[in-house]
Amino acid sequence: MCDCAKSDLTLLDGILAEYASVRGSLITILQKAQDVYGYLPTDVLYRVAQATGNTPAKVMGVATFYTQFRLTPVGKHLIMLCKGTACHVNGADAVEKAICEELKIKDGETSEDGLFSLKTVACLGCCSLSPVMMIDEDTYGSLTPTKAVEIIRNIRKEAAV
Amino acid sequence: MRIVIGEGSCGIAAGAQKVYDALAPLLENTGARLGITGCIGMCFLEPIVDIYEKGLLLKRLVRVTPDDAAAIADAVKSDDLSPLDRLAITDEDKSFLDRQTRIALRHCGVIDPEDLNAYLDVDGYKALDKVLHTMSQDDVIAEIKTSGLAGRGGAGFPTWFKWNAAKNAAGDEKYLICNADEGDPGAFMDRAVIESDPHLLIEGMLIAAYAIGAKEAFVYVRAEYPLAIVRLQKAIADATAKGYLGDNILGTDFCCRLRIKAGAGAFVCGEETALIESLEGSRGMPRLKPPFPAEKGYENKPSNINNVETFANVSWIILNGGEAFAAMGTETSKGTKVFALTGKIKRGGLVEIPMGLTLRDVIFNIGGGIRENKRFKAVQLGGPSGGCIPEALLDTVIDYKALSATGAIMGSGGMVVMDETTCMVNMARFFLDFTTKESCGKCVHCRIGTKRMYEILTRITEGEGRPGDIELLEELCDAIRSGALCGLGQTAPNPVLTTIKYFRDEYEAHINEKRCPAGECAALRTYTINKDACRGCTLCAKKCPVGAITGAVKEPHAIDADKCIKCGQCKTVCRFGAVEVR
Repeated sequence: MCDCAKSDLTLLDGILAEYASVRGSLITILQKAQDVYGYLPTDVLYRVAQATGNTPAKVMGVATFYTQFRLTPVGKHLIMLCKGTACHVNGADAVEKAICEELKIKDGETSEDGLFSLKTVACLGCCSLSPVMMIDEDTYGSLTPTKAVEIIRNIRKEAAV
Repeated sequence: MRIVIGEGSCGIAAGAQKVYDALAPLLENTGARLGITGCIGMCFLEPIVDIYEKGLLLKRLVRVTPDDAAAIADAVKSDDLSPLDRLAITDEDKSFLDRQTRIALRHCGVIDPEDLNAYLDVDGYKALDKVLHTMSQDDVIAEIKTSGLAGRGGAGFPTWFKWNAAKNAAGDEKYLICNADEGDPGAFMDRAVIESDPHLLIEGMLIAAYAIGAKEAFVYVRAEYPLAIVRLQKAIADATAKGYLGDNILGTDFCCRLRIKAGAGAFVCGEETALIESLEGSRGMPRLKPPFPAEKGYENKPSNINNVETFANVSWIILNGGEAFAAMGTETSKGTKVFALTGKIKRGGLVEIPMGLTLRDVIFNIGGGIRENKRFKAVQLGGPSGGCIPEALLDTVIDYKALSATGAIMGSGGMVVMDETTCMVNMARFFLDFTTKESCGKCVHCRIGTKRMYEILTRITEGEGRPGDIELLEELCDAIRSGALCGLGQTAPNPVLTTIKYFRDEYEAHINEKRCPAGECAALRTYTINKDACRGCTLCAKKCPVGAITGAVKEPHAIDADKCIKCGQCKTVCRFGAVEVR
């Protein structure tokens, strides 16, 4: 078994009671678990496997197949930067470079202060406003490198208050 | 008076909710009702505020900001809208909508998506009523056959054929599935339909469920579309409460449940057998066909899968007749198609047109041509499975056959326009980067072949291309196309094949002359300072991270090409446009 059992597994009880016996619910369970923990800790994956009657390998396989699932914690704010076709054509690469320089991180990493994680995504479906990024639930469009950095700095300023 | 604000995801991202919040307190006790609608489709003008009186659109205000709220409220109170003329849509922009024929999008941006009564007011659920009370399963399928409706998700397979196969499949337990996993980057019409007109999707699905004999239906929605999920959940609850969904629908013995399944982010799940695997809670890896889903789909039971836009056409066909639908379009492609027009286009948004118009009609007449009056270079159709179509083929008519003949595909309707500053080799690299990441890994040719192609394209864009690379790419394209199980792999070479076919000179310039004609590939750029434009302000020299720029104050500066790392800082900071890129 996993030697890192430190998550509060009782938080899963409600989710498992509702879905564990419903066939085909593994993805739904993992989505809800991620909402609770912010990511999918290994001991949570083991618990889900045990409760749903799946092998840990199958659960791990699903968790690593889909881009939505994270196996490591994320920062307070998740930046999803769109790298879809329209965003690519309208300069998403330059925006990514500016964000990475500002936060001193690469795609998939979390800034040192734990405030921001950056994740590039395939398409957010707001192509007319490209380039686009989402920070948590908010969408920001028509980005330029300067504008993106400004938005991040504003959030950082608010966090400092 | 009724004030309506367009609140699709794009509108909200452009600030529509802020406009709403600013207007709401100002309109209290004025007698005017403030409401929302979905995506109007004119994304380039968001946020949009419409003012209606007795169902008539009096004024459409565009690019509204919260600062305009007071003026709008004053105009509404005084019943004199003329002060708002400065915000009103221009005739030219208006033509963007006027030149369209809207069927799937007919209620988008017109009705309140969160209000079932608004849908009922536009003949909502009348088609379902007609089907359940006057038509047999075969009648419905025959009507769809007459209409010529084909799958709008990409492949363009005749809808009636799939319905008929599912209906005739043995077994009582059948499933209907809606593919709302709109994964093609550059396409967002399915999101717009769900966000703007969720009951239209539900009605189309119920008619299909009746036709094939399904009692259970799923909508598989991308997790990236939270607003669509929320609005669809509400629509399902409202429809169930009013007896349009659930048991004994509209007093008949037809029963159907509808559930939402949120996807977890995997492009390959747009492929129907992969989608079924994902619905069952597994890794979304495609199955071998046959058996087709019509025989063995979800839980190995007969299943039918169509995409959102396909279902969005169904109720119109039932109400207006298949022949009316088939009267639009070309010999082989009937009805209308929605395109998401984006990229370097002046007027971007959702465009629904009858099949048979040309690409030029859509890009230049409706879309207004290229931004900043630059030169058109290519249009990318069909996302990672599609291809880039050059200027010489702009008069190609939009139908499944004609578009496939160019090497691109109709696809789900993403139309990304590119100008002279887009490098076509880099574009191919971009798509291969995408397919490499999204390949599920099942087939060797797709898993490793796309990676090798991506590496070759990367080295070409970095100036390391070798003679023979183009031929090697073509060979790999052939192998992947014939060695992959599903559509993702089979079509992954298309972006490469079409760019080689139509823009071979760009590949050759990269490989042989180490030059990027579009000036996009950083490694192949050279930066120089135009001596006549340079004022010697020294800013670029200060900002250059490697000290490659020298020159005295108030004297023209120069860049040492050997030291330059092509980061572009000098060009970004220069206030006189003196830094030139080649």
